[in-house]
Amino acid sequence: MKRILLTQSKSPHGSINGQEGLDAILMGSAFTQCAVLFHGDGVYQLLKYQQPKKLGTKDYAVTFGALADYGVEQICCIEEDLIERKITTQELVIPVSVVDRESVRDLIRGFDLVLDF
Amino acid sequence: MKFAIVVQGAPYSHQAPLSALNFVNAALDAGHEIYRIFFYNDGVNNANDLIAPPQDETNIHAAWVLLAQKYDIELIVCIASSLRRGIMNDAEVTRYEKLAANLNPAFTISGLGQLIDAGLNADRTVTFAA
Repeated sequence: MKRILLTQSKSPHGSINGQEGLDAILMGSAFTQCAVLFHGDGVYQLLKYQQPKKLGTKDYAVTFGALADYGVEQICCIEEDLIERKITTQELVIPVSVVDRESVRDLIRGFDLVLDF
Repeated sequence: MKFAIVVQGAPYSHQAPLSALNFVNAALDAGHEIYRIFFYNDGVNNANDLIAPPQDETNIHAAWVLLAQKYDIELIVCIASSLRRGIMNDAEVTRYEKLAANLNPAFTISGLGQLIDAGLNADRTVTFAA
């Protein structure tokens, strides 16, 4: 069975990529085994205490909590991207696996299909 | 090789659709197969039949329609992305009680499952992001 890695690289709410990317993750998990990698500004999507209603955008960060129910168990963030943005894993809405930038290449090689949002 | 293509950029705002068109034409010329082209995010705007650029500019929308007709390629637009951006066929126009449809019939409205299916069935998936 082909495994899919979905990657999120943009901060939330500035564009709809995060929200529509999450939709793709949920759909992908209905077909096959999926994992998610948050890299670059994508790590901002997982921050707790977002208040997007003030912007008029959807509070979709709560849906990340449902990923485990959809069978998406491997959720990764890049260590350097968190450090550069002064974000700790305690500040994220879900538990994540932290991988260093050096090992991302091997992580990606482990998947048959990569969809980037 | 069998390619799946994902287009996430709107025509004229981003280079993504033009790059995708160039890639698809080059792939076909080289004897490859295009399994499906999936339009997601702002990419659904490529399906808007009301697009009317100045005559001295490439008509990106028309180029997609021509490609689909010439090679019988599936052009799928994501329904959720399309409805957010006002891309509708007659059925959706009736459902949402809108004035007129603007989806060119060369394109088909469908769901995200078509993106995942394309990715799983093609040898390679190439995304043209905004």
